[in-house]
Amino acid sequence: MTARFVAGRIGFYTLIAVLLAFFTIPLLWLATAPFTSDPTYEVGVPDFTWENFQAVAEHPYALPSLYNSLVLSVGTALLVVAMAALAAYALSRVRLPGRDALLYALLLLSSIITGTAAMVPLFQLAVELNLIDSHLGLILILTGGLLPAAIFMMKDFMDSTPKSYEESARVFGASPLQIVRHVVVPLVRPGLATIGVWAVANVWGNFLMPYLLLSDVEKQPAAVITYTLYTEGGQANLRMLSTFGLLYSVPVVLMYLFVSKKYGFRFHGGIKR
Amino acid sequence: MAAIELRGLTKVYPGGVKALDALDLDIPDGEFFALLGPSGCGKTTLLRTIAGLEIATGGAVVIGDRDVTGVQPGGRDVAMVFQDYALFPHMDVTENIAYPLRIKKVAKSARRAKAVEVGTRLGLEHLMDRRPGQLSGGQQQRVALARVMATQAQAFLFDEPLSNLDARLRLEARTFLKKLQRELGVTTVFVTHDQAEALAMADRMAVMESGHIRQIGTPAEVFQRPANTFVAGFIGSTPMNLLDGAVRGDTLDVAGCKVGVPSSAEGRLSDGEKIVYGVRPEYMSYSAEPAEGALGGKVAIVENLGASHLVTLDVNDVIVQAVVPEGSEPSLGDDGYAVPRRDRALVYRDGELV
Repeated sequence: MTARFVAGRIGFYTLIAVLLAFFTIPLLWLATAPFTSDPTYEVGVPDFTWENFQAVAEHPYALPSLYNSLVLSVGTALLVVAMAALAAYALSRVRLPGRDALLYALLLLSSIITGTAAMVPLFQLAVELNLIDSHLGLILILTGGLLPAAIFMMKDFMDSTPKSYEESARVFGASPLQIVRHVVVPLVRPGLATIGVWAVANVWGNFLMPYLLLSDVEKQPAAVITYTLYTEGGQANLRMLSTFGLLYSVPVVLMYLFVSKKYGFRFHGGIKR
Repeated sequence: MAAIELRGLTKVYPGGVKALDALDLDIPDGEFFALLGPSGCGKTTLLRTIAGLEIATGGAVVIGDRDVTGVQPGGRDVAMVFQDYALFPHMDVTENIAYPLRIKKVAKSARRAKAVEVGTRLGLEHLMDRRPGQLSGGQQQRVALARVMATQAQAFLFDEPLSNLDARLRLEARTFLKKLQRELGVTTVFVTHDQAEALAMADRMAVMESGHIRQIGTPAEVFQRPANTFVAGFIGSTPMNLLDGAVRGDTLDVAGCKVGVPSSAEGRLSDGEKIVYGVRPEYMSYSAEPAEGALGGKVAIVENLGASHLVTLDVNDVIVQAVVPEGSEPSLGDDGYAVPRRDRALVYRDGELV
């Protein structure tokens, strides 16, 4: 073991420690600040107060906004999973001329639909359809934005399930819907879970669309409400922000842990087994 | 139980590939029938067309006096075992075996009882709660067989049923499958690319090449009297000697040697005619001494087949192979003489048996 090697190791671990600190300190702040009476931007030892949580509970829009977020993300995820599964199954099993071109075009367009470029037309569309300020309208638009990518991912799962399962069921006399229910859905369940989690996380963190399409503050989801947590003096209200931020992130973390434990996020495409 | 009849069956894939070309085939009730051929010959397409998974471009499929050409797979009353068995990975063995009955809306308790009955018959009783992923290849195959047995279909279709098993297990499964088919008496069509498998298991077999049936017959007929040089070259674990030759009066001139006219071709050849002379290595008697009507040359290769040896002779730059029993195998470079059995040798004219 030469001195050079030791020096190299020390340098390497120092670099790792700095990188780790860079990502850990914000998380530590999120874990400690809500329990501190007067939080600053520094990470300190909390005095374990529940006052901040009380303040959040008393805020007229904070907790309802989390419920709104739940409604929007679960509604969108259910729609996305159901529609992407059917579309991907059809696209995977039926040979259409120009199928792949269609998929790539969809994927390309999807980044435009919910992107900044389409803000004005989307707003106008929602107004014309009387879907402004409605959760349903927002769910439909968010679904439209997520569907192309979801179909794209889902098709990969569908492609990787052998056709002989379905053919076998067909020879036994199963109808197409029975095949989907008995065979295809159980086989691609990890894929459905992946798409569902991905959709929930996407909607949960989406700020622009609800900000644009919902004007009633009672209907706003948590991502938008976070933006309003200021003190009367126009300063960021760190007590509220940190506590609300913690409440806002916990459901998503729990969902990841649950789904990962249940389905393990196995991607079984790519390698022929 | 039902006979299967194919009339002028044609399948053309989009893009113009003709997988089946006007096939006629009759498989009587209860027969164990093999479709044999090299890959790409259309044997799997034929099986899938019988099952209804491929739609015939022309012709008819008749199962038990019922024309099912336009009928969906589920309405044909056939059951199929796929090459990869296609056992549903999310269902246990009982559910897998009972699945066809679930589709037929049999009550849950009745179908479980049937699954256990069939599973027990195939020696699966202690595995009924396992998932397919927890079974060995041989066990998976038996579950797939149990599942088709539970359907009580008119005919069984097996797509390469043994190809996913390792070599030793394959021999056991071969015997097992033949015994099972005999006991059940259900008309069974199976596809294989392994000629030994077809010879061993089938009551009758069809040898296919590029969408055509080249010969139909019992394994003994196909082995002893291949109808053409394609079948002759395809059947047999050691390939048949197919040697170019010509008729010279009462004898044949093959690879520079004089051999007798095979008894099957006697009186059917004309002088000077070009022919192909066919004889299996197993139907040659080998000696180290010159003999009349022998193909003589230098020993080029000796391959050990276990109880016998395959000797390759270089006869005037033509390769001739003969099977020699153990104990009398020659050494490399020796002179050797192989005398074809006249009652087993064959003559082909323009690729067809004379």
